[in-house]
Amino acid sequence: MQRRTMLKSAAAGAVLAGIATVAAAQDDVPKVGFIYVGPVGDLGWSYQHDQGRQQLQEHFGDEIETVYIENVPEGPDAERVLTQLALQGADLIFATSFGFMEATNNVAQQFPDVKFEHATGYMTSDNLSVYGSRFYEGRAVEGLIAGELTESNIIGYIGSYPIPEVIRGINSSFLHAQKVNPDVEMRIVWAYSWFDPAAEAEAAQALIDAGADVVLQHTDSTAPQAAAQAAGDVYTFGQASDMSDYAPMPRVTSIIDEWGDYYIERTQALIDGTWETSDTWGGIDSGMVGIGEMTDAIPQDVRDEAQDLIDRIASGEYHPFTGPINKADGTQWLAEGEVATDEQLLSMDFYVEGIEAAIPD
Amino acid sequence: MIRLERRREPSRGWALATPFIAVLLTMLAGGLLFAALGKDPVEAIRTIFWDPLFGPYAGYSRPQLLVKAAPLILIATGLSLGFRAGIWNIGAEGQYIVGAICAAAVALAAYPAESVLLFPAMVLAGALGGLLWGLIPGVLRVRFGANEVLTSLMLVYVAEALLAAMALGLLRNPEGRGFPGSRNLAQYPSAANLEILPGSGMHWGVVAALIAVVAAQVIFARHQLGYRIRLTGAAPRAAVFAGVRPGLLVLVCMGFSGALAGLAGMFEVAGPAGRLSIDFGAGYGFTAIIVAFLGRLNPFGILAAGLLMALTYIGGELAQMQLALPVAAIQIFQGMLLFFLLGIDVLTAYRPRIGKARA
Repeated sequence: MQRRTMLKSAAAGAVLAGIATVAAAQDDVPKVGFIYVGPVGDLGWSYQHDQGRQQLQEHFGDEIETVYIENVPEGPDAERVLTQLALQGADLIFATSFGFMEATNNVAQQFPDVKFEHATGYMTSDNLSVYGSRFYEGRAVEGLIAGELTESNIIGYIGSYPIPEVIRGINSSFLHAQKVNPDVEMRIVWAYSWFDPAAEAEAAQALIDAGADVVLQHTDSTAPQAAAQAAGDVYTFGQASDMSDYAPMPRVTSIIDEWGDYYIERTQALIDGTWETSDTWGGIDSGMVGIGEMTDAIPQDVRDEAQDLIDRIASGEYHPFTGPINKADGTQWLAEGEVATDEQLLSMDFYVEGIEAAIPD
Repeated sequence: MIRLERRREPSRGWALATPFIAVLLTMLAGGLLFAALGKDPVEAIRTIFWDPLFGPYAGYSRPQLLVKAAPLILIATGLSLGFRAGIWNIGAEGQYIVGAICAAAVALAAYPAESVLLFPAMVLAGALGGLLWGLIPGVLRVRFGANEVLTSLMLVYVAEALLAAMALGLLRNPEGRGFPGSRNLAQYPSAANLEILPGSGMHWGVVAALIAVVAAQVIFARHQLGYRIRLTGAAPRAAVFAGVRPGLLVLVCMGFSGALAGLAGMFEVAGPAGRLSIDFGAGYGFTAIIVAFLGRLNPFGILAAGLLMALTYIGGELAQMQLALPVAAIQIFQGMLLFFLLGIDVLTAYRPRIGKARA
């Protein structure tokens, strides 16, 4: 018995991918797996992905099965969980955090018959797609509103990690605040976390103490909203989820991550057998970037102005990164009328002119 | 009424039996919890404890048990030395992180040169980094009488900040498109801590953990140091009369446990994790404290406890996938294990009596 078990284990290790094929073939209905970096109750990033999963399950009903694993640390644990999902017969797996990139890539190579989709990454292969949102479009709208609302002319920004995604958001909001208010300044505090209520509250308080009366955030908790509420006349924006509990003040509008339609579309493609590797970067037009309701705390004319910006971005008439734009060191980045390419946006590692801060390194 | 009567000597039988009783009670209480969540308790327990070992995909999960358990066992073995002497190193997580930083720094400084000497140099750097980080609270206690529970714990946060600074700055992958995190050491042949036999899960960290367990057993059973540790733990004042230098013992225990935690970090960053990222420290240093106690501070007990803990992690993931159990329920389940162990532990030193105390 002992020896047989050992032999079995050796054999199983050697034919890992083979097992998966058998497992997948035995399934009655397609199985779609999700792994989340946070708990589904974070009311932010992972919560929104799980909302998307629930929408997916509701759309297809009994025709598909969805499974998820929450709170998976990025690193070796992610690779194990992804492998287990594939072994358990998942046909399509959504890995919903940037830090899962290498793990997803490794596991995708071992399971060529399983389809993988990685959120916000850049590695693709025959069975690995990437998808993400053009959050910077929503940031432009927030920037415009912030530039109009601020009286101290100081806008605070809580950054998570100094990566291109976050720097893009900072630049986009600053450019659009500056357009409506040339005197505006931006102060940035880094939380070094996507979700850390204590650090976020501290960051918000530091910004408020420095004179900011509008605080933007690239972190997922409502701690900055609570800090703003305590301070009184400070405006904030919901992040990832609507955070409408804090409406009409201090939350005046929000950027909402809407993943459900994408999950439905990709699962449909899996069922139809038309799934192909893709690189999706959806914006306001695709519905992936949702803008929450603008409250009465924003004057009507500003709301109209913001709506106009939303419409022009959605129709493709206007791109938030249109030249002339200089880098913070004064060198030219985009010439008059030039529009940034996606490649330029994805690798953005500098502030635009006017932001008086250094990117930590 | 039930009252507790102190035993003349701690019961050996109970000391051996408590971990098993604790596991059984955890299964019972956990089963109730799972039932309250509307899941089949028997199926949930089977998924957590049986499937990773003998389920349909055990061929994959068994080696993974070793990978997950190795750092826990390595760290817990080091901690047990100090814990037995009443020296409380709570900051293994920080020592683990600093060990990984030092080892990764050595590898990245040599990159992309290939040399057979690189891996041993990383092992040394990892152990030394953890050793020095562990010695800080040791020295603070010996020199200034600062409580090592607090200082070692606080140094975890310092280590985490250092890790973030390294992942964003000095050790950041220059070809990583601006994202934080170092190069992938698992893809750097001289630095990679790969499986010794493919598919077995056995990497050098697993080997090191096994060596540490045997070495700790020898120290406890046959070496002067083990005798001094046990004596200090049992009767600190008597130990001094017997010639133990308490300050030196603190330094040895803090340094030794720090070095093993640093080694664990080194093997992890060079192998399973591959890279130094901001959230590299996944809590192994804290979980190892549970493992040390679950293993009764006994090296072979720790070996078993580490594997058991890894089992609950991997089985817990399966339970999430197959039964849609929330991760919080799994974490409560793991917490119960320690809770019941410590709770029942009372019975090794006390005897429950029914009835009134004799006058």
